[in-house]
Amino acid sequence: MTTMNLTLRIWRQAGPDAEGRLTTYQVSGISPDMSFLEMLDTLNEELILADEEPVAFDHDCREGICGACGMVINGAAHGPERTTTCQLHMRHFSDGDTIDIEPWRAAAFPVVKDLVVDRSAFDRIIGSGGYITAPTGSAPEAHATAVPKPDADTAFEHAECIGCGACVAACPNGSAMLFTSAKVVHLNVLPQGAPERESRVLDMVGTMDAEGFGGCTNTGECATACPKGIPLTSITAMNREYLRAVRKR
Amino acid sequence: MALATRAGSRSIPALIWRSTIGKKTVMAVSGLIMLLYLITHMLGNLKVFFGPDEMNAYAQWLRTIGEPFLKHEWFIWIARVGLLAAVVAHGVAAYQLSRLDLAARPVKYAHTRRRTSYATRTMRWGGVILGLFIVWHILDLTTGTVNPHGVHGEAYENVVATFSTWYGNVIYIVALVALGLHIRHGLWSAVQTLGLGSRTRDRALRATATTVALVLTAGFVSVPVAVMTGIVS
Repeated sequence: MTTMNLTLRIWRQAGPDAEGRLTTYQVSGISPDMSFLEMLDTLNEELILADEEPVAFDHDCREGICGACGMVINGAAHGPERTTTCQLHMRHFSDGDTIDIEPWRAAAFPVVKDLVVDRSAFDRIIGSGGYITAPTGSAPEAHATAVPKPDADTAFEHAECIGCGACVAACPNGSAMLFTSAKVVHLNVLPQGAPERESRVLDMVGTMDAEGFGGCTNTGECATACPKGIPLTSITAMNREYLRAVRKR
Repeated sequence: MALATRAGSRSIPALIWRSTIGKKTVMAVSGLIMLLYLITHMLGNLKVFFGPDEMNAYAQWLRTIGEPFLKHEWFIWIARVGLLAAVVAHGVAAYQLSRLDLAARPVKYAHTRRRTSYATRTMRWGGVILGLFIVWHILDLTTGTVNPHGVHGEAYENVVATFSTWYGNVIYIVALVALGLHIRHGLWSAVQTLGLGSRTRDRALRATATTVALVLTAGFVSVPVAVMTGIVS
């Protein structure tokens, strides 16, 4: 099996306030079947053996469902394929390639170390309205609340968001509109979300703005980068919800 | 006891002007007002093809709209004040939003790649070009200050005089191409901001924005082209 030799230019930053810079590394013997993170694991093994600091990056499930991993690869969030970084395979690269690897860049996502950023701003957006205020307990009877099929489909489509932050990383304005709209639409379209329909969108947008994310200029970069295919019209739907909530006050 | 929500304490003007979505709504509405004006402006400009008498009579008629309910020129001044408010609101909101957007990405990516369409990338500087053009355009054809002919009531002759100079043609055509690009992204974007877009309507909306941009630019640019080619003189 042919293997690849690659040149990596990786953003190294020792801590939140440290100066960072792109550092060049060579890796060899990379299998096309490796995931992008396994390729970085290979590099880190070599760095550890050489008594150097390994490259810090976030990862957890490595199945494309948790949203922990994420890095900007050659200027594209999660790299050239529409998937998460863990599900990106090295077969999409060629022997001799130079690959630039940078962290998500946004004022609201400060770098913690190397490729790890602090995405807790997302948690605060969710905390300000991305839920329904109802006793949960055991699972309710499935037929207790009727949900029209198209609404259920819309809710599921938007519930797919894994909060990886690729939308913010891809947006030229570092905007979190697609992330926020995914949750607003997911809950606002359902009868369970109806009692807090107005306060949810007003509060979540208020938090989103306060966290220092930029505004939407409808470039569509977010939806192109989203590994879960949250559609750009999700933002349009949130705009509609926001203006509706303002009118209802 | 009512649950305290963050939005609960904010007034409607604050929810509009202090949020990114609200401020973009101001941009969308002011943009659509200006677009409606531009469509009537472009159609009115085509009077130039019917000769000086018809064009100048049309320019005079604009001053009599609403009479006798309104006094002479009142309508045109109301329209001017409204348009000025739209331009200022659009510009101020764009400036403030751009400041926020630039601050939200303090560190640029080292690996840059071409992002989005040309029309989308040129919205900010295209808007600045249009703002400067409006100033020149008013000094040229409204006040006549920088017009080579510059006689009030002789709209036709003033237009021909401007487009008989090379710089008049260059400034006008560059600005009108910028306008077309601005509307190409701006009209579609305004519809999204107002929450009127949807997946089923998206292709039609994009096609509409492109068509409006092309027709508007072609209509405006036909006037200098007609003067340059001698069709209008």
